[in-house]
Amino acid sequence: MSLLELRDVRKNFGAIEALRGVSFSVEAGSVVGLVGDNGAGKSTLMKTITGIHRPDSGEIRFDGAPLAGRDPGDIRKAGIEMIYQDLALARMRDVASNIFLGRELTHNVLGLKLIDAKRMRVEAEAMIAKLGARVKSVTQIAGLLSGGQQQSVAIARALTFNPKLVIMDEPTAALAVREIEHVLELIRTLASHGIAVILISHRLTDVFAVCDRIVVLRQGAVIADDPTAATTMNAVVAHIVGATDAPHQGAAR
Amino acid sequence: MSAVTSQPARSRSWRERVFGAAAFRFESLLVLAALTAIMAVLSPVFLSVSNFFNIVLSTSVFGVLAIGMTFVICSAGIDLSVGSIVGLSGVVGAIATANLGLPWPACIVGSLAAGAFAGWVNGFLITKGDIPPFIVTLGMLGVARGTALVLSDGVSIYGLPPEVVYLGQGRPFGVPAPVIILLLTALVAHVLLIHTRFGVYAQVIGDNEVAARAMGVRVERHKRLLYALSGLLSGLAGLLFAARVNSGEPTAGLNYELTAITATIIGGTNLFGGRGSIVGTIIGALIMGVLQNGLNLLAVRPFYQQIAIGAVLVLAVWLDRINSKEGRRR
Repeated sequence: MSLLELRDVRKNFGAIEALRGVSFSVEAGSVVGLVGDNGAGKSTLMKTITGIHRPDSGEIRFDGAPLAGRDPGDIRKAGIEMIYQDLALARMRDVASNIFLGRELTHNVLGLKLIDAKRMRVEAEAMIAKLGARVKSVTQIAGLLSGGQQQSVAIARALTFNPKLVIMDEPTAALAVREIEHVLELIRTLASHGIAVILISHRLTDVFAVCDRIVVLRQGAVIADDPTAATTMNAVVAHIVGATDAPHQGAAR
Repeated sequence: MSAVTSQPARSRSWRERVFGAAAFRFESLLVLAALTAIMAVLSPVFLSVSNFFNIVLSTSVFGVLAIGMTFVICSAGIDLSVGSIVGLSGVVGAIATANLGLPWPACIVGSLAAGAFAGWVNGFLITKGDIPPFIVTLGMLGVARGTALVLSDGVSIYGLPPEVVYLGQGRPFGVPAPVIILLLTALVAHVLLIHTRFGVYAQVIGDNEVAARAMGVRVERHKRLLYALSGLLSGLAGLLFAARVNSGEPTAGLNYELTAITATIIGGTNLFGGRGSIVGTIIGALIMGVLQNGLNLLAVRPFYQQIAIGAVLVLAVWLDRINSKEGRRR
């Protein structure tokens, strides 16, 4: 049984059909590349998985349980983390509280459930060190960090609670070459620990470098779904731009 | 790439922790001190004990409002209806006992419930109706005041139970009861804002609402709670006001939203959300109290007080804009 399974997921925004029956699956410990042109529905699809959007119809199962209709906090608890393209950081708060955003550690003080800022700092520090991220102190304000450092914070947040699936939306778009290599290495490490990754990226070289399978989305539908070894850069580009205009051609091959 | 922890950075942030827990704007304390000094020079009676109690007593009503306002503004919202809810809740509490003859707790429960309900309606319309807080609470400013006037027929309702009047006029340990209530409210609110998820999420919603939602904060439900809290505290302020003057006044709290918002902003809460401080808000409320009291002592006509408060609000935001622009350039 697959870790994540989508069947015929549909989502409309008014008259716009953002997702027209998307089906694909992700196995535990595998890295799936999700590519497609701007407006192909990649972000909508991911936000539907993480619970920000509710699918109009179709089925999403994760670890055997249905996901559709559950809220984002619930879905994170189930083991899906997403690293958003805009990173989704609270810019006025420090690194530690960003890493624990939505999952603050608490302790009991006179029967009150208060936030345990000290333990959050200690554990955030450990996480940052483990990732080898170049963040000086977890008490720094997130909005004052560099783009690469903010990226590290978003990644640290996604990995702190032992996820089963990590979705990364353009994680390398804002990074320098050396930092990109670091992120790709991280993806390989996650996969080797049995954590599944969905990588959304415009950089096809990155996708080909780390992904086991490549899913191409076009106009809200899966137009190709092939093992990386069985496809080529040219074929993927052709699917993305619609030079081969037969849906599911790749899947049928 | 290893985690580099430089010592200076850490020690600075520790100092920030000590003061940062309160996270108020230090300048506001200077303004309060300067204002106090000026008034003390200008008026011989300003520094007396009885006048000190006058100041904190008048501060207590809009101080309670400003505490609720701090939570709302933190979340990048605004509540313009607080002054009107003071009037409405005082009238409801007075009707419950003076007109309906219910026992004294009904006055307290009635006031608080009326306030919380009006606030909850604000939150409901903002989240379910997707209407901007500015418009919803401006509408409630009219609706709550109008309801207070309708219920009371436009006249004061006299004769509150002595237990309730004690909340406004009593002096346990020589300290006016409203001041004690303000300080207790501030203490609870401070812990709530800084040390609980409830308060932190209010700030995160104001900081980055999309991120809050993505990280699992139930943003809509949280906003409804925030506006209900602001309403509840407006109800408490209405109760204190009514108890102090021993009557439900339909016009009580007129223009108090201006004072409450000004106190909150000059206390250092970010007008555009994300960060706030109860300690700062109390300092801001005291600045408002000293300003009003000083102008009274100097026999400045009350009309000018409105001008002063309005000017202070705009000035505070203007200075803040200049500051943050310079900060960005640096």
